[in-house]
This record gives sequence, C-alpha cells and structure tokens, in this order.
Amino acid sequence: MTTTLQKAPQPAAPGPSLALMRNNVLARVVFIAVIGMGIMSFVRIVSGRDDLTTSGATGGAINSAIPIMLAGLGGLWSERAGVVNIGLEGQMILGTWFAADFAYKGHSAWMLIVGGLVGGMIGGVLHAIATVGFGVDQIISGVALNILAPGIAKYLSGVVFASAQGVKDGGGPTQSPKVQVLSTLDWHSAGDWFDKINAHHWFVISDIAGLLGGLVTSLNWLTIIALLLIPFTWFVLWRTSFGLRLRSVGENPTSAETLGVRVYTMKATAVIISGMLAGLGGAFLVEYTGIYRDGQTGGRGYIGLAAMIFGNWRPGGLLAGSGLFGYTDALQQQTQPATVHALLLLVAIILLLVAAWAAYRKAGKRAVIAAVAGGLVLLWYGTTDEIPAQFATYSPQILTLLVLAVASQRLRPPAADGLPWRRGQGA
Amino acid sequence: MRDRLNRVALGAIAGVIALLFALAVTSAVLSLTHHSPWGTFTKMWDFGTKADNIAGIVNAATTYYLSAIAVAIGFRMNLFNIGVDGQYQIAALLAAAFGGAVALPTGLHQVAIIMVAMLVGSAWAGLVGVLKVTRGVSEVISSIMLNFIATAMIAYLFQRGKLAHLYGENLTTTPIKSSGYVGGISLIPGAHVKVYGLVFLAIAVGVAFQFIISRTRFGFDLRATGRSASAAQASGVNVKRMVITAMLLSGAVAGLVNMPVLLGEAHNYSLNTPAGIGFTGIAIALLGRNNPVGIVFASLLWAFLDTSSNILQLNDIPQSVVLITEGVVVLSAVVAYELVHRYALRRQMLHVGRELGTATAPSLDDEVLA
Repeated sequence: MTTTLQKAPQPAAPGPSLALMRNNVLARVVFIAVIGMGIMSFVRIVSGRDDLTTSGATGGAINSAIPIMLAGLGGLWSERAGVVNIGLEGQMILGTWFAADFAYKGHSAWMLIVGGLVGGMIGGVLHAIATVGFGVDQIISGVALNILAPGIAKYLSGVVFASAQGVKDGGGPTQSPKVQVLSTLDWHSAGDWFDKINAHHWFVISDIAGLLGGLVTSLNWLTIIALLLIPFTWFVLWRTSFGLRLRSVGENPTSAETLGVRVYTMKATAVIISGMLAGLGGAFLVEYTGIYRDGQTGGRGYIGLAAMIFGNWRPGGLLAGSGLFGYTDALQQQTQPATVHALLLLVAIILLLVAAWAAYRKAGKRAVIAAVAGGLVLLWYGTTDEIPAQFATYSPQILTLLVLAVASQRLRPPAADGLPWRRGQGA
Repeated sequence: MRDRLNRVALGAIAGVIALLFALAVTSAVLSLTHHSPWGTFTKMWDFGTKADNIAGIVNAATTYYLSAIAVAIGFRMNLFNIGVDGQYQIAALLAAAFGGAVALPTGLHQVAIIMVAMLVGSAWAGLVGVLKVTRGVSEVISSIMLNFIATAMIAYLFQRGKLAHLYGENLTTTPIKSSGYVGGISLIPGAHVKVYGLVFLAIAVGVAFQFIISRTRFGFDLRATGRSASAAQASGVNVKRMVITAMLLSGAVAGLVNMPVLLGEAHNYSLNTPAGIGFTGIAIALLGRNNPVGIVFASLLWAFLDTSSNILQLNDIPQSVVLITEGVVVLSAVVAYELVHRYALRRQMLHVGRELGTATAPSLDDEVLA
C-alpha cells in the first residue's frame, strides 16, 4: 500500500510554474522583511530609542527566540499529525534536566544536546503512550505531563546535583553544577564592522547592520542546527512522502488509514519527534546559561505553542512568531523600560496598517476594531513614558494574547487536530 | 440504577489502581536511590495521621477542593480553564484589599469580601470566555497567558503605596478587621489546630455543583455541550452563551480558593499567600474525574501527600519524591479512566443492542479492533 503513496504526484505542478512559485515566496519574504525593517527603523527614529535595533538587542532576540522556536517546532510536528501537545512545557523541563545531567557527567557540551533530546524523548514517549496508545484526551494528557515533569526533575536534582559530589561541583537541590558549553563561532571582526554601520543610525541600513551583527556574534553550532531545523521541517513535512503521510494523519486519519498509512505509527512518531524538539529547546536554555535551574523554562513551552498558532501551523510563520516573542523578551531583559515602551508605537503602527488593509479589503468591522485598538495604543504611547517594569517582564505573553485576539480567526489548524482517533472508527 | 452504580464502582477501582501503580513507581524510584520504600511510607503514614496534621490536611484539602471544582466546571463541558491559578490569585489580592479597606458589621463583612472575590475571579475568567466566543481564541492558550498577566498585575498592584503597606517587617495589604473573620472549629479530636470555618463553604460549593450538573437544565446543557458542541447547538443550546456562563461560574469558584485562608487565618494578602493552587486543582480535578465526590478523595490524598512528606527531609529522603507520586497518579489515573470509560461505553452499546434485538456488530468489532 505504501508504494501507491510514494508514486502519487506531488500536489504542486512541476516545471516552470514551480520555479515561479518559489520565486514568489522568496520575493514575498524579502518584501515583508524590508517593510518590517522600514517600520522598525521608523519607530527607532521617532522614539529616539537607538537600542531597539543594535546587535545586542538582535543577538539577545535570537537567543531568546530559539528555545521558543524549538518548542513551537515540536508543537508543529505533533499537531500536523493531529495530536495537540500541551506537554511541550514538561518535555522542555525534562530536556533541561537531562541536558545538564549529560553535560555534567559527560564533561562535554555535545553530550548536552544528546541529553536534551533524550529528556524530551522521554516526555514525548509518555505523551504518545497516553494519547495515541490509550486515546486519552490530548489536553488532559499534556497537562498531566506538565505536572509530572517538574516533579521528576526536582527529585532527580535532589539525588544527582545535591549529592556529595554534586555539591562539591557547585550543584544543589535546585540547580546543577556549571556545565561545559559550546563556544561561539568567532566572527567578531564582522560583528565590529556591522556595529560601526549600526552606530551611524542610518535609516534601515543601520538596522539591517544591527540585525546581521547580532546574528554573526551570537552563533554557535547549536544555534545553527536549531535555525536549520526550520527549512528541514518544511522540507520533510511538505516535500517528502513521509511528510505527506504525516500531515494526512492530522487532516483526516480515517482516509489516511484507507490509503494504507499506519496512523498510530505516524502519530506516535510525530509526538516523539515533537518531544525531542522541545527537549532540544530545553538543552539550548542550559547551553545558553551554562547551568540548569529549577523552573528555568518559565513557560516557554506554552509561548512556543502560541508562536506556532500565531504562525498558522507553518514553519515560516512559526519563525516569525518566535522571532517576535524572542525580540520582546530580549528587549525587556536587556534594555530600559523606555525601550520596551517604544514597542507600543510599533504595535500601534501595525494595528493601523491592519486597519488600513481591512478597509481596503472592505472588511468594515475588522477595520474599525483595529483602528480603535491602534488609536488606543497610540494614545497610551503618547501619554506615558514607560511601561511599568512588572508588565514589561511579561510583554511576550501580553503580545501573544493581543495577536491571537486580532488574528486567530484567520488561522487554519489541521482538520483533525486534537481529536482522539481509534483504529476502525470510520467504519 | 445498577448500571450507574457499576460505573461509579469502576471509576473508583480505576482510581485505586492508579494510586497503587503510582506507589509502585515511587517504590521503584526510592529503591533505585537506596531508600527503603516501606520505611518511607510508614514514616509518612505515622506523621500524616497525627491529630494536628489531620486538621492541617483537612485545611489544605479545603483550598484544593475549591480550586479543583473551579477547574471541573469547565472540564465537564470540555472547556479547559487552565487559568484558575491567575483567577484565584488576583481575586485573593483584590478581595483582601477590599476587606481591609471597608468597615462593615459582622456577617455583611464576610459576605462582601467573598462576593468581591467571586466577582474578580469571574471577570478574569470571563475574559477567556469572551475571547473564545468572539475572537475564536483557544481557551487553553488565552488562560495560560492570562495567568502570566495576572502575575504581572499582582506585582504591579502589590507595591508599597498601592495596595501593599509595611506592617512590622512584612509587606501586606491592610489587615481585615475582626468583623470579617471566620473562626475555626475544633473538628479533629485531640488537635490544637482548628479546621477552617469555611470548610462548610467548600462542602456547599460541592453540593451545589453536583445539583446543578445532574438536576438542572443548565447542567444538562453543560454536559451535552461537553460531549458534542455541534449536537448541543443543533438541539437548541446556545453554545456561546454556555461557554461564557461556564467560564464565569468557574472563575467565581476560583475566586473562593483563597477565602478559607484569608478569612480564617491570614486576614491579609502577603507574599505568604499560597501560590500555584490553580495547577494543583487541575491535577486533583483530573484525579477526581471531575466528580464532586471523587474530588473530595483526590484533594484529601493530595493534601495528605503534601503534608506527610514534610517528615522525609528529616530522614534524609528527598521530599520531592511525592511530586513523582502525584505526577504518576494523575497520568495513570487519566489513562485508567479512559479505559474504564471505553469499557462502560461498549457494555452500554451491547446492552442497548440486546434490548433492541440487534445485538450484533458495533460492540464486538470495537472489542477486536480497539
């Protein structure tokens, strides 16, 4: 049966039209990127907050975005196969603990990556057993996993990191000893060059230099692997027969079954990969800080899930979503409240642009809502000087909620996402 | 009737099996880390059954119970209110601030504070409902985000000069005057620790929940929506209104979570106000199968594990081992309930088929395939 699927023609037409479509995608990405940088540059100049687009901010954004992105990628794999994975947070926690444990015992930064994958995989297997094996409601299983995982991590910390040897190495019941991390790739000369351009504060050009400067100075092999996972996921899920089968299971498992797809195997595989990706996100957190701490994930699994929804269950959208959340997170960590305040101007401009677009498309109600919201945010920006620090800390979460409130009706999840499925139920 | 009894029995057996499985896993973990499982359990049992600790367990369970009922109201209609944590904390802060700011006669004072807590919890939960029905935002994501935002809101409001003031060395809200207290009762013989007077409020909430769910049209609509929103809509239920109402009710009960502590013991909001009970409530609701009686056992079990594990650290056993017990019992309980549920469904289909004289296919096919 499987051979039939392999021979089935790809949905996209072959030949020149495919090339044209690829060009269009590229053109669209470049177009959006340029417009985005233009808006950012405008906000920077109007607000006078030059630290909005320095290489420090963008480098921080990349490091904040990657764990969110990896968790979101985990969500993407799982939900494309029709299994909602709220347990990403728990899988990420297991990832952080095992990453630190492997790196500590293995005395190697590469073992850290292996540990993250193993920890996440344990979580993924548990979720797969409960949801695919026993047909438990996916949200319930995920929530239960999120209760179990921190317990496991806490207990194991008590046993391993708080042992006599662990304490001697600087560990304790709530944190690991310092672990080895990967070295940053040394492209600092390029970074300095970009920083020089950035310091001129030219319109758009300096901002792009800041972005590139942040990119070249914060890369290590794990960052590169993580970033490459986005095109890799796109390729596997949308351009291979395995990916087609996996997605078919998320859209219509009964039809997929009649075509000979092994639905359970596909779903379980997707959930386990999902856990491994979330675990890798956890490993990244440990790698970045060089230590495991209790509660280190801080809800990033949930934010990753939100980034995936924001990105409409597509890798490109997910990248944009996690970039946005990572950027706000980096700003609130690294800069003064006044810089986060400048983001209000950005939000206002985006909302007003949405309103203009909706008016152009004659979607009256949405135009009015977006215009009113944009006006209110603009008023907020104009009448205050900074966002209270307490709220600035949670700006990614606030942004998530706002974005979902504005955009979630335009999203299209996989058709069978979240529905438990039992073999033979379509008969 | 017999069928129903059977189902209750099946559920209870599944819960007990899950607990035994969790104890087995815990024993394995303890053995692997060179601790005696039996010794650990007997120490916990001896410590947890001291009179004072029993009273403490009942008090903790009261709080857990309210939180779990708040969660269960949503879960019964497949509405995953993960946001009880934020709802009860923000209600706890604002109700405490309100109670400290007003002077009212006894009776009215308590009622007013409780009403404020319910209103605040409702409002915070209502946001989730409104976002869901008007903007199509999944309640899971929005309630998680609102938990974080509630933390921000509390940090912002609970500052010196806003709602917090310095009393001695502690930063708290203005203490509630004694007209707003609910005294404790000596329920456990031989215990110096009193049980919160508001334990009766928790019981009343449980009874009301059971009554509404099983004896009113609203409860029927709620369960019907939970089973199939489209079928409920087709039969004339306004599903959108149900979502909003359920969220408001769930939030109102969430608002009650900290009331036993606030009115019975603390009399103010401070950094000692317990946090994270919303998530405990989710676990307990799942373990208690969203059933008001089941939740009584689940919250007592949870409170027992939490309290009795305090003895472990003194014996050099990591206290966090009970977190594994708790996590495993929840995960295995949801699996066990799913299996029991499917088994009961199959038996029902078989039964109906026999009654109608068409006792053929569906059940047997399921048996083979599932």
